[in-house]
Amino acid sequence: MRPSKVITLALALITGASVVEAGPPRVVSMNLCTDQLVMQIADPDQIISLSAMARDEHSSAMRDEARKYAQNTGSAEQIYLTKPDLILAGLYTEKASVNMLQSLGLQVEIFDPEESFDNIRDNIRRMGDLLGHPDRAARMVADFDQRLADLQSGITTRPRAALYGANGYTSGVQSLSHHILTAAGFDNIAQELGLTWGGRIPLERLIVLNPDVVITGRPFRGHSRGEEILRHPALAPFKMAAHTDARWVCGTPLVLDAIQDLQREHPDKRTQ
Amino acid sequence: MKLLWPFLIVVLILTFAASILIGQANAPIADSLAALMTGDGPLGRIMQDIRLPRALLGVMVGVSLGLSGAAIQGYLRNPLAEPGIIGISGAASLGAVVSLQTGFAAVFWLALPLSALGSAFLAVLIILALAGPRGGSLTLILAGIAVSALAGALTSLALNLSPNPYATYEIVFWMMGSLADRSMDHVWLALPFCLVGWVMIASLGPALNALSLGEDTAASMGINLTRSRLILIIGVACSVGAVTAVSGAIGFVGLVVPHILRPFVGARPSVLVWASALGGAIMILAADILVRIVLPDGDLKLGVVMALIGAPLFLHLIYKTRGDLQ
Repeated sequence: MRPSKVITLALALITGASVVEAGPPRVVSMNLCTDQLVMQIADPDQIISLSAMARDEHSSAMRDEARKYAQNTGSAEQIYLTKPDLILAGLYTEKASVNMLQSLGLQVEIFDPEESFDNIRDNIRRMGDLLGHPDRAARMVADFDQRLADLQSGITTRPRAALYGANGYTSGVQSLSHHILTAAGFDNIAQELGLTWGGRIPLERLIVLNPDVVITGRPFRGHSRGEEILRHPALAPFKMAAHTDARWVCGTPLVLDAIQDLQREHPDKRTQ
Repeated sequence: MKLLWPFLIVVLILTFAASILIGQANAPIADSLAALMTGDGPLGRIMQDIRLPRALLGVMVGVSLGLSGAAIQGYLRNPLAEPGIIGISGAASLGAVVSLQTGFAAVFWLALPLSALGSAFLAVLIILALAGPRGGSLTLILAGIAVSALAGALTSLALNLSPNPYATYEIVFWMMGSLADRSMDHVWLALPFCLVGWVMIASLGPALNALSLGEDTAASMGINLTRSRLILIIGVACSVGAVTAVSGAIGFVGLVVPHILRPFVGARPSVLVWASALGGAIMILAADILVRIVLPDGDLKLGVVMALIGAPLFLHLIYKTRGDLQ
């Protein structure tokens, strides 16, 4: 065995041993969605820092909560200096930074974006194991399933709904938005069109499809022509009060709140 | 010559009808027309809220650009002058983008077209000041390049600085222009300024005719050159500014259309201005139909099609006038 390998192995043993001594690992999260899962599962003192996106007004469902923690810019140098036991990243986190942190010998766990409720359950359990709180994660999954079942009870009609975002983009069957929509008791019009991942529906085609409701995204600050389509008069008769918002972005139990809001306009749930 | 007007009017009506009848939703012509009148059902909504504004806007853009192109060319006696090429459209885009991104556009109803107009006004002023009364080709084109480049860079900067993640992707729209998914709101926004601009430019007919004989002759014929110049500047800024604010900068219309029609009107600027207005509308409607046929699901920019048609002609014109450029 080469000396360098011996040293690496020895270091790994030492750091590994220290984790066992120090209790649950202290973590840095580099991705908006892992940020939110960490906040929901970890003990507060386990969290060294979260990504800057966690405080984002538009995209983060836990922006106020996130203010309690330090934030990182995602640079390997900054994160390395905070000596985390564990680093959590998303599939699309800057590759260069992730590779750098790995080559520095840190444990980086990469989470795939959640595209279904099973993905949510898996990610919660995996996060629980990594953070040293498997029982907490198991309880969370059980609560999630219980509340989901409650929300879905009593739905008999399924109105046809279209998710319609900037530039006429819609989410397909392989997306979290699709599952939120269908769990709330709506059928996704993208399914009729055979859109797997999503795609553009020209305004004219949308109106010909004549959905029962259209759910648009919450506009960003500033102006864009892409979002102007959401205020087009032809869309007005279909539009629903509910918007897709930060809770639709990440697969955490917060999607249940999104489902509940959506159901305020569902014919079977409106009276309750 | 006698047949020109009936021809232009018939073709305009045909392209307008085609523009209203062609789209994503394939419906029989009779149903479409009935739906256009009644506005009933999804088809009615499509006809009245999507296709009609698109076609009307196409006419407004075409008339504005054709009219402005012919008038500037007549005034400068230079066939290369065109709102897009000499930077007026680009400057109008900049005005529109800045007012949208700063929120000024939301302050009052006409803030958006007024900002585009103001910015276009400045550009025309700069161009005419640099090109001088005789409109030398070289200075005109160079001034146009400078104004276009500056306006384009500032437009990109304003969109890059926007907190809206989609804004950056829209640099292409503001530089190339498109009529897709515009609504009646956009038509009403641009129409008042377009009308003012058209009337102003149209009133220049006699002055442009006299100017074709040279400045001294025109002055001796009782044409007030300073006044005509001011009317031209305001008229072009009004009409180009207003349409650019809602449809982006569409180039080459004012170049191609007067060039094609000039032989048919006996090179009389006062007639050419009107013929170019109709011709411009036909050209924009036809290009916009092409956009929908070639890439029905995509978002092909109208300006891309216009540049493909216009740029080769521009090269041809430069080749023909290169003797004057030295």
